[in-house]
Amino acid sequence: MRLSPVGALRHSGSLFAMALDVVRTIPRRPFQAREFIQQAWFVASVTIMPTALVSIPFGAVIALQIGSLTRQLGAQSFSGAASVLAVLREASPIVTALLIAGAGGTAICADLGARKIRDEIDAMQVLGIDPVHRLVVPRVLASMLVAVLLNGLVSVVGVAGGYFFNVVLQNGTPGAYLASFTTLAQLSDLWAAEVKALVFGAIAGIVASYKGLTAKGGPKGVGDAVNQSVVITFMLLFVTNFVMTAVYFQVVPQRG
Amino acid sequence: MGVEICVEGLTKSFGHQVIWQDVSLTLPAGEVSVMLGPSGTGKSVFLKTLVGLLKPERGSITIQGRDLTKLRERDLYEVRKLFGVLFQDGALFGSMNLYDNIAFPLREHTRKSESEIRRIVLEKMDMVGLVGAERKLPGEISGGMRKRAGLARALVLDPEIILFDEPDSGLDPVRVAYLNQLIVDLNAQIDATFLIVTHDIASARLVPDNIGLLFRRELVMFGPREELLTSDEPVVRQFLHGRMQGPIGMAEEKDAAQVEQELAQIDDSAHVQERTPRLLPGPGVARPPRWEAIARREARLRQEEVAGA
Repeated sequence: MRLSPVGALRHSGSLFAMALDVVRTIPRRPFQAREFIQQAWFVASVTIMPTALVSIPFGAVIALQIGSLTRQLGAQSFSGAASVLAVLREASPIVTALLIAGAGGTAICADLGARKIRDEIDAMQVLGIDPVHRLVVPRVLASMLVAVLLNGLVSVVGVAGGYFFNVVLQNGTPGAYLASFTTLAQLSDLWAAEVKALVFGAIAGIVASYKGLTAKGGPKGVGDAVNQSVVITFMLLFVTNFVMTAVYFQVVPQRG
Repeated sequence: MGVEICVEGLTKSFGHQVIWQDVSLTLPAGEVSVMLGPSGTGKSVFLKTLVGLLKPERGSITIQGRDLTKLRERDLYEVRKLFGVLFQDGALFGSMNLYDNIAFPLREHTRKSESEIRRIVLEKMDMVGLVGAERKLPGEISGGMRKRAGLARALVLDPEIILFDEPDSGLDPVRVAYLNQLIVDLNAQIDATFLIVTHDIASARLVPDNIGLLFRRELVMFGPREELLTSDEPVVRQFLHGRMQGPIGMAEEKDAAQVEQELAQIDDSAHVQERTPRLLPGPGVARPPRWEAIARREARLRQEEVAGA
């Protein structure tokens, strides 16, 4: 690979061009409903299990950290509040981001990359079919939908995991844990997390599709594309997460 | 009836590397043309440029009065419906079986009923001799079958122009002969404009109306078959005879002194060689006037040869 200062700019440029193409193509009829459902099912099937398994320890770690801290401060009645806040605001979007990029995005990128190097994408274009319309839009929408749903799953499983560790293992009070749920967190936190997940899903889908469709150089090229797509998606997702969190704090008044 | 493709001053490069420059030619409507060239001279790039998959740096490609190089993406997809392209490995969709692969363009572009699609797909599969393999996946069949399936898929939308990217690569001689016959039969049946990109000289001698040769980043020659087969141009002669002596080297071109020395060594008695007869449509195929004329001419030439001998 040759390093050039313009190279990075060119790639970011074409990535954004692709993102714009996707946005512009979304309203075009006929909507590829079949492909969308298949992809949503596919992305969900590769992400649900790992997501659930990752969110249990995530909720547990938060519960452990907060549990000992609140005990030292004598604020055990707040452990539920803090745990929910942490899971809802930060853990669930991050876990969703990791899984949607690491499991969903890589699968999309590998699939499209393999098609690209077998000339299938070229063949499709020659048959007068726009791959962005036929393949990319359904995938991006599918990964957005699945990300939103995953975020809900992570929140539920994370909070349940936190409850289990706090109440069962650390002898917390179930009533206090549940009662303090809404002292810090509020409904808008959930909405914000869902919006984040929606954006993460879009970014993961677009980057994976872009990298897949520009794969070249045989099977090794597909591997490289998948690798780069994960790295790029992670970087973008963490930056986006930071920006969205900062904006959220400015826009929505906080409790407590 | 096929359409004419007019290429004017076409230049393509990747970065600083020029693939070919200033290529001008006209593919006559309804005729079969072959683009020859040593490996790595950008034949496939030429084909991809013709369908607008790659953007050339300069020049124009005119089809039905529209310049392909200046069209917007949306219009390009419309123009592409005129094309059928057979890619090197067929480029079938790996996740679909052959039937769905061939039906794919019909399902995407037309509102035909499933029974009508079935009729068309089976007709095209019969045309390329794939009846009975509908349920097979592309990964389960041989390269030759994949090529024929790719051809069937390229044919379903009744294209005006068909482009073949190395239809004979990786096939045994018998299958190549069948494929050549298939190409000629198809041309007689559907009257489309054909362009075949290949480096197989035997096919290039038998099949086309016109031959072009790409070498050293330019189009050395493009013209009627006889003109190139009897040409004295060293590159054309070397390539069409598959000899080592001449300007084309193993890696790159040779220096001029060596070329001259080699050309002097060639035994000129071998140069007077037999005429290559043209491949005609099979007996079961109805011949349009164009092919009638070609057949009459071939018969006359053969008679003259017999009389001369």
